[in-house]
Amino acid sequence: MTDKVLMKGNEAIAEAAIKAGCRHYFGYPITPQTEIAAYMAKRMPKIGGTFLQAESEVSAINMVYGVAGAGYRVMTSSSSPGISLKQEGISYIVGADLPALIVNVQRGGPGLGGIQPSQSDYFQATKGGGHGDYRLICLAPASVQEMADLTIKAFDLADKYRMPAMLLADGTMGQMMEPVSIPEVTAKPVDKPWAANGTKGERKHNIINSLYLKPEILEKVNFERFERYAQIEANEVMYEEYMMDDAEYCVVAFGIASRVSKNAVTEARKQGIKVGLIRPITLWPFPKDVLNAAADKVKGFISVELSMGQMIEDVRLATNCKKPVVLCNRAGGMIPSPEQVLDSIKNLAKEVK
Amino acid sequence: MIKNYKRVYILAGHYGSGKTNIAVNLALKIKKDGYPVNIADLDIVNPYFRTKDSLKELEEAGIRLISPTYANTNVDLPALPQEVYALVQQKSAKAVFDVGGDDRGAYALGRYAPYILEENDYEMCFVVNFFRPLTRTAEDALTVMREIELASGIKFTAIINNSNVGALTDREAVLSTVSEVEKLSSLSGLSVILTTVSQNLLPHFNGLDVFPLELQQKYYDIKE
Repeated sequence: MTDKVLMKGNEAIAEAAIKAGCRHYFGYPITPQTEIAAYMAKRMPKIGGTFLQAESEVSAINMVYGVAGAGYRVMTSSSSPGISLKQEGISYIVGADLPALIVNVQRGGPGLGGIQPSQSDYFQATKGGGHGDYRLICLAPASVQEMADLTIKAFDLADKYRMPAMLLADGTMGQMMEPVSIPEVTAKPVDKPWAANGTKGERKHNIINSLYLKPEILEKVNFERFERYAQIEANEVMYEEYMMDDAEYCVVAFGIASRVSKNAVTEARKQGIKVGLIRPITLWPFPKDVLNAAADKVKGFISVELSMGQMIEDVRLATNCKKPVVLCNRAGGMIPSPEQVLDSIKNLAKEVK
Repeated sequence: MIKNYKRVYILAGHYGSGKTNIAVNLALKIKKDGYPVNIADLDIVNPYFRTKDSLKELEEAGIRLISPTYANTNVDLPALPQEVYALVQQKSAKAVFDVGGDDRGAYALGRYAPYILEENDYEMCFVVNFFRPLTRTAEDALTVMREIELASGIKFTAIINNSNVGALTDREAVLSTVSEVEKLSSLSGLSVILTTVSQNLLPHFNGLDVFPLELQQKYYDIKE
């Protein structure tokens, strides 16, 4: 117990990133994730790292591009409108096959929206928010402990597959405080023979670039990249199942929505409804197989989201629309209550026998 | 427990150390002991988790809450209402200031510091939780203390030990911070006027002088 500290989700991300060997942070303040930058501003100078508040989100992501190209662990963080600004840079980082961590602590949108929590950047995070054919590894924590653990995981996956990873949280996750144990990571030096870090006269120049003059080559690079994506879909799916063994109905929710849903599922069980929860931890790769298998057992699904219904499309695709999928949602910074989710479960149980 | 109340209580400290919870509970206690009391939310830094979350409870107890006009809305505008002056000017009522975290949050207090210093009947309380990662030691806490004093223009006069690890807090955890808070006390020359524990842990602190806190239950706390 004494190894635990009381942290905000945002602080847990920052400290875990440092533990994972990240020594370079570039960002620009925006509510509700500013504590990440504030924490980095205090800690980085003490450990020989770089904290730099850039003049804009666009600058920050391009600084990430540069440091990633030099082969160092690097991150940026922002909230929804700021993440939109970073999309061009993210696409370039993908195009140059570089690892980096991008944290999005989401708030209500579209536009300037509001500062309250939201999950309405799901499409942007999982379908490619910038231009071109690409994916981001997208991890969705549901506790302050997971904010820390998945930050470290995201760095490892990004290095392993040479691509950017995104940690997709929301304002409540960033601001809430919980006991957390920051893991001591033995940072294994990752071999990065592609990094532009000086030839020392011993090898050819490495070039970091996303421009291809010959379409045949660009096509080949795209096909190769998607072979890596196929490996990730086969090997890196993460999810949590709760009370699914005998479930007749299945709630699907991630992040803060899954916490609310868990309480609703527990209550529904008390009232005699056999319902369970599947919580995707990786939003990409999406846990398609587990949902498809569940669709052969349950009578229907409820997608609980802090958006107008985005993940629901992936639930339908994963299950080939074998069973009805209904939406239970709030938007614009509002959060569904356990009672709302419970009502939704009861309605589904009444309508789909 | 506090015996003779000062006219003004100011709660400041590292962000996330529990200032708002203590401010609300202290105001309720002062009111319960028979004094009229006003409470002001001076937090212009963090737009989440505010005094205003306890608005209903405070109103029902007959406590006036003065909070930024746009608190708990989507407007992230760091502006304080003129009504905050009621706390320094209405001397017939006790006053509780809930100050924003760190030195950045404490700048707002500077606006009211001359009035508070002139009246000279205040307790400037440093709220500390030794389970917060950036205030794990007395030395780190002292640094935060000095930064806040510089920003606010008021020197601390007392320490409140609010050390807790959220839901994992037990007697052992609270008592494990006693040596650190005593060290902070000797480094700063200030006495520890309160040690807080959440209401549900009170039976484990028999015979010890602790200040019980009613904590807000959040809808996303997982009920196991």
